[in-house]
Amino acid sequence: MTTTIANHRTRPPAQPATLRARRLPRYAPPAIALAALLVAAAVVYGTGIGGPVLVVVVAALLYLAGLFAASNAVEGRRSARNRTWSALIHSAFVLAVLPLASVVWTLVSKGVERLDGDFFNTSMNNIGARDPNGGAYHAIVGTLEQVGIAALITVPLGILCAIYVVEYGRGRFAFAIRFFVDVMTGIPSIVSGLFVLAFWVLVVSPVFNDGRPGFSGFAAALALSVLMLPTVVRSTEEMLRLVPAPLREGAYALGVPKWKTILRVVLPTALPGIVTGVMLAVARAAGETAPVLLVAGGGAAINFNPFENNQSSLALFVYQQAGDASKYAPARAWTAALTLVALVLILTVAAKLLARRNRLGR
Amino acid sequence: MAKRIDASNVTAYYGAFKAIEDINLTVEPKTVTALIGPSGCGKSTFLRSINRMHEVLPGARVEGDLTIDGQNIYDRDVDVTAVRRMIGMVFQRPNPFPTMSIFENVVAGLRLNGLRKKSILDEAAERALRSANLWDEVKDRLGKPGAGLSGGQQQRLCIARTIAVEPQVVLMDEPCSALDPISTLAIEDLMFQLKDKFTIIIVTHNMQQAARVSDRTAFFSIEKTGDPGRLIEYDNTQKIFSNPSQKKTEDYITGRFG
Amino acid sequence: MGETPHRSADAGTGGIRVASSGQQRPAGASARVAESPVSTRTPGGDGLGGGGGLPRARAFGAERAFRGLTLAAGTAVLVIIAAIAVFLIAKAVPALGANTENFWTYEGWSPNDTAPKFGIGTLAFGTVLSSALALLIAVPVALGIALYLSHYAPRRLGTALGFLIDLLAAVPSVVFGLWGRDIFVNPVRDFSAWLNQYFGWIPIFGGDGPFGKSIMLGSLVLAIMVLPIITSLSREVFLQTPTANEEAALALGATRWEMIRTAVLPYGRPGIIAAVMLGLGRALGETIALAMTLGITFGISFNLIENGGNTIAANIANAFGEANDTGRGALIASGLVLFTITLIVNITARAIIYRRREFTESAA
Repeated sequence: MTTTIANHRTRPPAQPATLRARRLPRYAPPAIALAALLVAAAVVYGTGIGGPVLVVVVAALLYLAGLFAASNAVEGRRSARNRTWSALIHSAFVLAVLPLASVVWTLVSKGVERLDGDFFNTSMNNIGARDPNGGAYHAIVGTLEQVGIAALITVPLGILCAIYVVEYGRGRFAFAIRFFVDVMTGIPSIVSGLFVLAFWVLVVSPVFNDGRPGFSGFAAALALSVLMLPTVVRSTEEMLRLVPAPLREGAYALGVPKWKTILRVVLPTALPGIVTGVMLAVARAAGETAPVLLVAGGGAAINFNPFENNQSSLALFVYQQAGDASKYAPARAWTAALTLVALVLILTVAAKLLARRNRLGR
Repeated sequence: MAKRIDASNVTAYYGAFKAIEDINLTVEPKTVTALIGPSGCGKSTFLRSINRMHEVLPGARVEGDLTIDGQNIYDRDVDVTAVRRMIGMVFQRPNPFPTMSIFENVVAGLRLNGLRKKSILDEAAERALRSANLWDEVKDRLGKPGAGLSGGQQQRLCIARTIAVEPQVVLMDEPCSALDPISTLAIEDLMFQLKDKFTIIIVTHNMQQAARVSDRTAFFSIEKTGDPGRLIEYDNTQKIFSNPSQKKTEDYITGRFG
Repeated sequence: MGETPHRSADAGTGGIRVASSGQQRPAGASARVAESPVSTRTPGGDGLGGGGGLPRARAFGAERAFRGLTLAAGTAVLVIIAAIAVFLIAKAVPALGANTENFWTYEGWSPNDTAPKFGIGTLAFGTVLSSALALLIAVPVALGIALYLSHYAPRRLGTALGFLIDLLAAVPSVVFGLWGRDIFVNPVRDFSAWLNQYFGWIPIFGGDGPFGKSIMLGSLVLAIMVLPIITSLSREVFLQTPTANEEAALALGATRWEMIRTAVLPYGRPGIIAAVMLGLGRALGETIALAMTLGITFGISFNLIENGGNTIAANIANAFGEANDTGRGALIASGLVLFTITLIVNITARAIIYRRREFTESAA
């Protein structure tokens, strides 16, 4: 059987006759690029349908086509595909870098305009449309308090929930919890805002508030908690699962009860990873605008009390200033955005560095 | 089909680290050559430089000449992919493509070369699987994931995948080190059959295996950690294992070091 | 994990209780270990070492309390999800009852009038359209960048740029919204006018302007926002491709692109789907960036470049300020629809990932 098949095949299908391959000379790609650019410029300006941007776009397309054709003719189809995909992947990178770089550049260049002491020391109280000053002190206070309270709520709750799922839970109930944590991850932030609006602001808080809806920083913290909780649970869960079994077994072998083992051995081992997860969750929560917009009420004055009266937040401040008609508002919006990004990035970078230093198992 | 390989003054680096130095040896067509030596002596590095897989690692490079039937594979106008099609490789751990079926695994190399026709692929797959002594075990489940096989079957699947493109040389990098004794035996039997068609070079830690399967044996060694590996002795396997000319070789094969 | 607790459980006296629970979750079995000696030995009194009654009893209490605490935390998740559904429905129903038009088909949003009129159709359409367009643009580019970072760029550059992309994924959406509204709108307006001039005969590029704050701007901003998220996740997936499989492909004589197609992409498919779905979830729920960049009109239109477009989330942010009681109820009802859409997307994604994962895991 084997031999008959082998006989009726004459030449191995995949074997090249020679190892040498004809190659496009090194100058070919730049030459094709130059030619593409010239042709594109001639076509675009000749017909007058566009400017330099269109020239670049047309040139890029011509370059891809030209490269494929040249490589296909000289090196063969496989090499041509390889070259073209390579070029496409590189251009995807360039294409994406442009807008992202523009975001960063605008943020910094426009953000430094109002980056002064005034901005961090005053609020928007009594700042009219013609006042160039005004600041985000009240918003910074709001962000810190809301995020802080949200962390106070979610960290114990999330860690305990993860411990249940990893260490104790089993069967359908634990599966249901895992599933609904996944579901919670997908809740849009605006929906969590609506939930707290329907639950806390409109139903529960009026009880303490003479029947008036109680917009407050605490309500915002609740909404942020709903968003943070799944992140904290998931990252804690992952970290707990990475704690090596011998550590637990060592403790059990010494007769240490399970709860003590978890608190004294498992949690401390997983702690760096858990802290990383919490910091990333906090960073994300700090940047949320929509839930705060719905339930914190905004407000221009400094309010240290998160449980009573309106509060603002940095993200909300950016949104409000962006919608403000005053000609000084955009500068305030950009500086607040820069502050917010700095806050979020410091948290994120710290979290990632921490994660890099303490890698459990992986 | 099978081709002769000449290495002269082959030196390979990982970045600044020199892994092997001045390797000179000739491998005859249709023979099995075993590369043995202590860990870290550079035998795998040398093997990987024969089909230019060494340079896949970042910073790794090779100096010297390596010719296959007179063509230097390190010449500038040589197509790397052509080299690797001509010189197939089987790795230490079985590595079938996890998302592909048994059939798709075997014909993966042929598909890369543009073969699309079902009848040709079917034929080639059967031929390769038969040559790898795997056909009878898998013919009823060609559509199942290749990774669902046992370790030994997976390794024979990888061999089938390698020989399906009908290379001229097959390199094997400790192909049995992750396998149980029975699977190992199956692969060794396979090597006997394959050397009718291919030139085979095998790296092994198992000296009995080298003695069983190979015609010629090359012994590599290093002075101390951090030094480049060198070829100490290269001769007929029988001679190496019965009457080596180098003291070092004798020490190694009698188990005095390494 | 859990090997030792298992064995000690069998050796101990708590066999009956362990048997009922030992299989599903190894760690769960060990929970019983701490309890079972107490519950069975105390009455018998023949425990090893004897006299351990008092401290063991206390440990028993603490164990139980701690376990109860974690159970309560776990239950809290279920309670929160249930509460979200209950409160949203409770607030939405009265508003839906007061609606004098069809909630699904009416094109407009005036819930604050004495005869409230509002419909979700145009908003849901805008949500789906803008998210779909955003993904259409972002996914190929994001995968390209992820491949560049994982398999084309020099390793150090790839790591450094990957870190930067991770950081960009953390930038709040309000910042992208602000940038889109103040900066990006200008090139998009020019581009729209150009498209309109030369391709105006295609309906999606038709219209007489004004251009700029359009579905196109919203989708592009959305695409730029989800790009780092998808890139960062898929890059991680690509990096996890087993080197053995990449080398196997190369050793068969594959070019770099062929290696990617044979080894990297199939292996990463579940991860890519997960990343795309996560991006889709983000895009569907995105509020502020779209509230700042869309033209906010009501009416179903495929025109991409004229001022206009609206989404459920953006409408909530825009209309919330002047909403009265019915208005809030109407917005909550729309939020419920959004919640359902994202839920469906999420569950579909999980189902796909679980099914695919079984294949690759049984395979790996």
